[in-house]
Formats: sequence, C-alpha cells, structure tokens
Amino acid sequence: MRKILFPFLLILSFTVQAFAVNPDEVLDDPVLEQRARELSIGIRCLVCQNQSIDDSDAQLARDLRILVREKLVEGLSDRQILNFLVERYGEFVLLKPRFTTQTILLWLLPILVLLIGAVLAVKTFNQSQHKSSRRASHLSEDEKKKLSKILEE
Amino acid sequence: MIAELGHYALVLALALTLVQSIVPFWGARTGDQVLMASGTSSSIAGFLALCISFAALTYSYVISDFSLANVWQNSHSDKPMLYKVTGVWGNHEGSMLLWVLILTLFSAMLAAFATNLPSRLKADVLAVQGWVTLAFLLFILFTSNPFERLPQIPAEGKDLNPILQDIGLAIHPPLLYVGYVGFSLTFSFAVAAMISGRIDGAWARYVRPWALVAWVFLTAGIAMGSYWAYYELGWGGWWFWDPVENASFMPWLMGTALIHSALVMEKRDALKIWTILLALLTFSLSLLGTFIVRSGVLTSVHSFASDPTRGIFILGILLIFIGGSLALFAMRANALQQGGLFQPISREGALVFNNLFLTVSCMTVILGTLYPLFLEAIDGSKISVGPPYFNLTFGPLMIPILLVMPLGPLMSWKRSDLLPVLQRLYFVAGASLFCIILALAFTHDGPVLASLAIGLGVWVMLGSVAELVQRSGFPKVNVQTAIARLKGLPRSTWGTAFAHFGVGLMVLGIVGATAFSDEKGISALKGDTIEIAGFTLTHAGSQREQGPNYVQDTLLVSVKRGGVEELKLTPAKRFYTGHGTATTEASIKTYWFSQLYVSVGDTDEEGRTVLRAWWKSQVLFVWLGPILMAFGGCLSLTDRRLRVGAPKTSKAKRALANA
Repeated sequence: MRKILFPFLLILSFTVQAFAVNPDEVLDDPVLEQRARELSIGIRCLVCQNQSIDDSDAQLARDLRILVREKLVEGLSDRQILNFLVERYGEFVLLKPRFTTQTILLWLLPILVLLIGAVLAVKTFNQSQHKSSRRASHLSEDEKKKLSKILEE
Repeated sequence: MIAELGHYALVLALALTLVQSIVPFWGARTGDQVLMASGTSSSIAGFLALCISFAALTYSYVISDFSLANVWQNSHSDKPMLYKVTGVWGNHEGSMLLWVLILTLFSAMLAAFATNLPSRLKADVLAVQGWVTLAFLLFILFTSNPFERLPQIPAEGKDLNPILQDIGLAIHPPLLYVGYVGFSLTFSFAVAAMISGRIDGAWARYVRPWALVAWVFLTAGIAMGSYWAYYELGWGGWWFWDPVENASFMPWLMGTALIHSALVMEKRDALKIWTILLALLTFSLSLLGTFIVRSGVLTSVHSFASDPTRGIFILGILLIFIGGSLALFAMRANALQQGGLFQPISREGALVFNNLFLTVSCMTVILGTLYPLFLEAIDGSKISVGPPYFNLTFGPLMIPILLVMPLGPLMSWKRSDLLPVLQRLYFVAGASLFCIILALAFTHDGPVLASLAIGLGVWVMLGSVAELVQRSGFPKVNVQTAIARLKGLPRSTWGTAFAHFGVGLMVLGIVGATAFSDEKGISALKGDTIEIAGFTLTHAGSQREQGPNYVQDTLLVSVKRGGVEELKLTPAKRFYTGHGTATTEASIKTYWFSQLYVSVGDTDEEGRTVLRAWWKSQVLFVWLGPILMAFGGCLSLTDRRLRVGAPKTSKAKRALANA
C-alpha cells in the first residue's frame, strides 16, 4: 500500500527531482541504482544547509552516495543501510524522521488537529442549527396562538 | 554626509511613528476628531522619512561608500550597477530597512486612500500599525543599523554573495515583502476591531482588499523565488521545503484561508471570530517567518545562542505582538456575536472545509519547520525534517481541497443541495476521466498515479470554467446573450475562476515536472553526446570568458533534433573573484511549456566535464499557475464592491438623496 501511495503523494506535493549523481558513481544494475536514488533522496548531506545527498555537490554527499551504493551491492536492505547511517551519524542524517517517542507529535499532530478541527466544525454547525430551531420554537410560543387564530379565520 | 542624513531620517521616522502610535489612539478613546485625524499625517510623514533614509542607503551603495560597514560587507566597486542597487536589500540590515519601509508604505496608503473608513476605526488601525513600526524601527536602530561607519575606510568591498547577483534579487524580495508585510494591515484591523469591540460585515469589506493585495504580491513573490531557485541553483529543483521557503509559505497558506473566510464574513456576517483569528495568525506567521530567517536560529539553536541580541529582540517583538493579540482575542472572542446561520452543505460550508484543510496544512508546515528546533532546545538531540516528511503530510491534505474546489463556487449561500451541484459537474468529471484514460493509454507502463493526478488538475481547471459557463446560461441561450452575460459578471467571479484555474494548471505542472521528466548525466570529452527527449546534445568545446567581476568556463553544447542543429546551449561554471566563490549557470531552452535544462559539473584531470541534462515536461505551468492566481486576485480587486475608497454608486447616492 505504501509503495503505491508514496509516488502519488510525491507527485501531488512539491517534490524536487534533481540529481547531483556523477556519472562514474552510477551502478550498472538499474534496479539497484533506482533503489540508491530513492534512498539518497531521504538522506541528508550533513554539511549542507538543507539538501539531500542526491542533490548536493559537496564531497561528503558524494562519499555518502558511494557508500550507499557499496552497501547495496553488498546486498543490504534499505532498512539496514539507513540503520547503518543512523548509527554512524545519528538521526540527523534522515530527512524523513523515524517514528519514535521523540517524533510522535511530529507525525500524529497533523491528523489529530484535522480531526479536532472537523469535530469543532461539525459541533458549530449543530449548535447553530440547535439555536435556530430553538429560536423558531421560542418565537412561536406567542405566535402559535396568533397563527392558529389566523388559520381558523 | 548623505549617510548621516539617512541615519537622521531613520531617527526622525521613529519620532513620527511614536506620534502615530499614541495620538490617534488617544483621540479615538476621547472622541477627539482632530487627534484622530493626526494619524493620517503622521503616518504619511513617517513613510516619507523612511523613503529618505532608504534613498540615502541606496545612494551609499551606488557610489560604493565603503566607509559604511554595511556597504563594505556587501558590495564591490566592480559590481554592475543593477546589483549595487539590489544589494541594498541583499543583506540583513538593508532588508530590514526595506521591511519597515513597506510597513510604513501600507500605513501611508491606508491613511491616504481609505477615506471611507469610520474615523475611529482608521485612527485605531493606524495606531496599531504604528506600534508594529515602532518595534521594528527600534530593532533596526539598536541591533541592525545599516548606517554604521567604519573607523578606517577600506579600499574595496567584500562583494555580495554571487548567488544573489541576479535579476531575481531585484524582483523577488520586494514582491515577497509587500506580501509579507501587507498582512500587517489585516492584523491592525483585527486588533483595532477587538479594541473597539465592533465587528461586522462592513469590517470584512474594509479588510478584504488589503488582504487581497498582500496575497497577490505574496503569491507572485513566492512563485518568482521558486523560478529563481530553479535556474540559479543549477540543478532544476524548484521547491525544497527549506525553512526559508516555508517562512513565506506559512503566511501564504493562512492568508489564503483568510481571503476565503473574509468572503463569508462579508457576504453572510458569519465566521466572524474565525476570520479575526485568521487575520491575527496570518501576520503572526509573517513575524515568525521574519524571526526564522533573520535570527540565525535556523542553522542551529546553538548558533542562535552564540549571538543572541538580534534573535532575542525579534523573539521579544514576536511574543509581544502574537501573545498580546491572542490574549486580546481570548478576552474579546466571547463578546463577539456569531451571526449568519448556514447549513453544512452550502457555499459557507465549502469555505469552512477549505479553511479547515488550509489551516491544518499550514500547521503541518509550521510543525515540520520548527520541530527540530524545539527538540534540540528541549533535549539537545538533532533530527532533520525534510521533503519526505512534507510530501507525506502536506500532500494528502491538498487532495481534498482540490477535489472540493470546483464545487464551492457552484453552491448557493446558506443552504445548498449536493446533487444538483454534482449534476452540473458531470461534464467536467467526464472530461477529467477521459484525460486520465488518455494519459494512461499514452504512457503505457508509465506512472498510473501521475495519470490520476492529471485528472485532478483537469478537474480543477475545467471546474473553474464551469461556473462561468453556468452563469452565462450557455447553451440554453444563444452565444451573444451568453457573452453579454459573461461581460456583466462581477469581476470577483472572474477572479475566482482565474485563480482556481491557476491552481489546476499548477497541479499539471507539478505532475509533468515530476513524473514525465527525464534526466541524463555523463562525463563528457569533446564530441561526447547525450540523448534526451528526442534531442542529441553534443559537447562542442569550451571557452573561458571574462565578466565584470567574475571569470567563467563556458561549455558549448550543440543541440540537435532529428539530425539538424537547432541551437547551442552555454552552461557555465562561474568564479567570482571578489567573493571567492563559484556558481553554476544553467542554460535553458524553452519549448512551449517544457524546458531543456543543461548544466555543468566539475572537470577532472583528463579534461572530462560532468554534463547534465534535464527534460522538464510542462514545468512552466508550475509558475504560470501562481501567476494566474495572482492575476485572479487583481481582477477581484478591481471589483467595484471592493475598490479601496470606491465612491458609492450613483444609484445609492440617489437613494440617499431621496431618503
């Protein structure tokens, strides 16, 4: 599911397709190369302001790109490679923070706020409807008699 | 001497602002018309004083007066004249001066043009504008004075960051600042209304044009900045979810929510409390953005702590204005009467839906931008929140907005039925489906979901046209009547249609540039080629060129299509001698709305140069979309109903005369 959804989200949101990969770094196996590219987009170039290693021309980014490709050739899974990088450089290296106790609010707050907002909006609707119906019935207290009189006539 | 004049004018502006902050406000409390009216002259005078100050700084840049620390640090005598002038705001001190200049520009415009405003409201609004101006003038004078002299005059300046030496710097920051700072007026209006406690539909009518002006400029400014980054950074990216970008995107999202909810308030007298809150939050986010960009808090909480004066000063301004206005809001919100009832399925309901998703998406951007800072401040651990996070959170939040966008304008106020509205969109839905199938058929094993996204874009675009067609009565009436009716439609209806159409167009651009683009890179010797999107690019030699303040190595790339040479592209690596840094100059050729984008990387010892080429499919839609949005906003502004200080229609005058 995630595999299907992700490209869609990628497309709908502002994504950057750029690359700084030098031709000599590219792996011969296109499947592995594709995985390398996808992994690189999520790995931060540690010496840059806010760039992934896929975007950056910095020497460190280049070293990391080569490292990722070496690990892929060794047969490591994506998760293993990310774990390896985190062990070496800390969580800072991941552009997509992992779901931990530290980042629980980061990931859940958008959904929570959306739900709370929706509930509040619905509640306001109900209240205003309630008010309007009460106002209608309140007014008719006096007017019911008049109304029935008029109707009788 | 000129610099001292500028410095003096800056202090004079401070004094005038002090008058503007106190006198009209006092007049409004005591009911003194003369004191209230003084706000008009003091705010215009304050603006003029800042104009003199800004002109003096610009003059110092033009004549390269390196005795000013600010000029010495950011200019160079060899720099082309355009960049000497734009360099004025290409640095912290100068950009803050521009910030305040625009702030007072808005005060002065309100003072001069909003003649139909009740005098008490006008006095209060100008006073609140004065408070904001005062805070930032103090900030400039105490922590960021651009007129500071150096004890010894250096012979040559240190030059402006080469990335900024571009026509983009002439356009992007001024546009952006007008947008950013323009929302100060909606803030002042909101605070003034809460102080006096009187808020009604008329308030929304006074505020909406100003909010629209700010929104139009902010939209154009962000789009312009995005295009600048696209061609200047040399790797074809156009949005990076960088904190600096987010700083301008947050007020944009909130401002977009504001211009929609103010519509409800104006027409139906509903959503009053919410609209006031949005008006406060939009400018608060502008302030937050200024803090994020100007305090140096971005690189690290620690770098902020090492030189905290500026950061703490802005943080103080932030706390006073955001905290103060929200406290006032909390005290007053209950007293506000919620008017205008409506059913969930109605135009109002659709706009509430829009507001819900826009605010939550805005909150997501805030969260992603600030979370690493907070976490580091709390327990010292460093994490990164980058594009993948925003794509996963912000992206899905946009889908419902896009789906509902065509429905909103077709619904009636108060109470509407979904079924007839949907029926009216059958054709649009069918056309979108057709486009999806077409896209699927043409791309074979291509990205399925990109095709769906194309359908979504088409849905929004045709949906925005649907309202116009509907209101023209076509095809039930003949073409002439339909055209006559279209001409008679309010400008704001046209504005909505253009702006929504622009959103759809942008979606198409994003899909094209992301899913249907291509990229190739090789290490090329002379004669090597790249095949991309039907073009053959050949390395045809290189040459060294001398610019006014740089040298560049230009690669000649011959572009052939079908064996025929079309043109030569000239990507380059530029080295700025004064500043000691290098930039990449991409070379771009536009084909309709798509672009061929070529840039060069490093050259190794054997003379192989890294040559990179992109085919960016429909990429221009990414910026044409926002341009249409801004254009739609301008159309709305010319609507008679909203025109600033519009005289009453003759009909209304006659009615008054008869009464």
